[in-house]
Amino acid sequence: MSEADPIIQIRGVTKRFGKHTAVDNVSLDIKSGEFFVLLGPSGCGKTTLLRMIAGFELPTEGQILIDGQDMAGIPPNKRPVNMVFQSYAVFPHMSVAENVGYGLKIAGVGRAERDERVREALQLVSLGGFEDRKPDQMSGGQRQRVALARSLVMRPKVLLLDEPLSALDAKLRAQMQFELSDLQDKVGITFVTVTHDQDEALSMASRIAVMNKGDIAQLASPSDLYEYPANRFVADFVGSVNVFEGKLTLDEPDRAAVECPGLGKVYLNHGVTGPHGADVWIALRPEKIYLHVPGEGKAIRAAGQDAPEDHNLARGVIKGMSYLGDITLYEIKLDNGAMIRVSRPNLSRHDQEHFTWDDRVSMHWRADSPVVLLG
Amino acid sequence: MALFARRPVAPLEYTRKTWMRLWVGATLVFLYAPLLVLMVFSFNDSKRNVAWKGFTLKYYEKALNNDTLVEALVNSLTIAALATVVSVILGALAGVMLWRFRFPLKGAVEGVMSLPIIVPEICMGVAMLIFFAKVDWPTDLPWPLNLSAITIAHITFCFPFVAMVVRSRMASFNREQEEAAKDLGASEWATFRDILLPHMKPGLVAGALLAFTLSLDDFVITFFTSGPDTITFPVKVYSMVRFSVTPEVNAASTILILLTIALTAVALKLQGVKGIAETH
Repeated sequence: MSEADPIIQIRGVTKRFGKHTAVDNVSLDIKSGEFFVLLGPSGCGKTTLLRMIAGFELPTEGQILIDGQDMAGIPPNKRPVNMVFQSYAVFPHMSVAENVGYGLKIAGVGRAERDERVREALQLVSLGGFEDRKPDQMSGGQRQRVALARSLVMRPKVLLLDEPLSALDAKLRAQMQFELSDLQDKVGITFVTVTHDQDEALSMASRIAVMNKGDIAQLASPSDLYEYPANRFVADFVGSVNVFEGKLTLDEPDRAAVECPGLGKVYLNHGVTGPHGADVWIALRPEKIYLHVPGEGKAIRAAGQDAPEDHNLARGVIKGMSYLGDITLYEIKLDNGAMIRVSRPNLSRHDQEHFTWDDRVSMHWRADSPVVLLG
Repeated sequence: MALFARRPVAPLEYTRKTWMRLWVGATLVFLYAPLLVLMVFSFNDSKRNVAWKGFTLKYYEKALNNDTLVEALVNSLTIAALATVVSVILGALAGVMLWRFRFPLKGAVEGVMSLPIIVPEICMGVAMLIFFAKVDWPTDLPWPLNLSAITIAHITFCFPFVAMVVRSRMASFNREQEEAAKDLGASEWATFRDILLPHMKPGLVAGALLAFTLSLDDFVITFFTSGPDTITFPVKVYSMVRFSVTPEVNAASTILILLTIALTAVALKLQGVKGIAETH
């Protein structure tokens, strides 16, 4: 089997609970060796989809294939996948070694080999020497490693992770994001992770499927998802964004323009292939907007302006500020009344002092920064 | 003075407040003074139980040589042991069923099952009496089959207690553990044996203790269901007391108390007190 072959094929899978449709006709291929993330708000069906892969829920319609084999009628204990649960579900009455060795014991692996593989698995998650500990003597992060080792020791074809980092504090979560990516590199097993946390998804995934109301809203790499969102839901869910409604007034292969009542005329240096006069939305990320004191603009425009004169410019008054240390977020009321969010990196220790409440400011952005959304 | 120069009592440190200590002390006296008096007077060298006349063990000797009393004690322990085993099995099954499944009329089933706990004992006793008379349950069987009617009656009121304890214990079970076991390849049975049962164990031990003590000291229901020739310890003590309260009764009761305490201690030791405490 080559790297590119899908290890998991989801074909037209629908799951209904009574009248509620949790997963709605989803088709999806997950490639072997990939770090795949299902991202979405709570109730979007991502966990249900994961549980259907594991075998804890059965699809109402459709088919799930793992490694080319149809999983219909195959119970969870017979599937070549293992899962790390949100609560870790470490067995409290067993020692760490017994926890990690449980699956091997069930599979009838002999004592000597079992001990060896348990030791290796614990080493892999940096828990060497913890064999005899009981779970209640460990921290949340350590328990999670036990759960990871317990699944990895089975050498599954796919490792499923249900909100693996949600119970950890922020520092530990950031560290575990790196460790999980590392681990996945090392063991070469396909990881499928469910999360509602976009930072987590962006930092770990090779590909992300954003789910909304049981449907896949977009399937893309992290950077494509962020820079080229396919629709308003994705643009808004992944990262922070300003969205303005407008009409497409100019659409040529190398340039386009959108007339937004909220923001003025937005100029783009590429075509969008939409019908002329169509209702579209402009999505503009806060960090892609430059902030100036009025008048200073001319000089900066000369440095990197690629839009025609008097385009991609806006003026307003700072109405809100939050200083976050590395960046400062500004809420600016545009002259025509709309609000826009702008973030600005604090490149020097005095940067945040340049702007304050009720200051008049002007803004500009590059012609390749706005994204035109058709839906 | 060092004893009194302690740090001041914080508002929520109830265990260090004088009135609370007095209250707890009074409660303990109220609970245990009668038992202590009973035990002390079992060593009293007097036919009557009123004044201390000196230390003796002769009433223990007398009690242990009283064949019907010993027979009654053996009967009681046998019934209690049998009733406990069956109640724990039935109660555990019922507890797991109520915790695990949703089915029509679940509320009704639950209510009916806890009836034996609420129905006055005297009614249960009469009902049992009528039942065993109606089905013509044989009373002249050899030991231990002659205890079957009492044992069945005891199981009837003991197993709902076990079911309740087991059910409340299972409420704290994380279903993901069950799924994790299956995910690691365990069958339904292996999951029950390796994951559910260990979690249930403190509930089973607590339920068994409850069932055992309930059965051991039951008087009313036993009185109605025992045949003419079967006698249990509480019933025997009652008949002895009808003549006079002799130190022999005290001695027999003391033996029973010590036996129960010993059994409880063993059970707690086996389980670890922490596990039992977790149940409630």
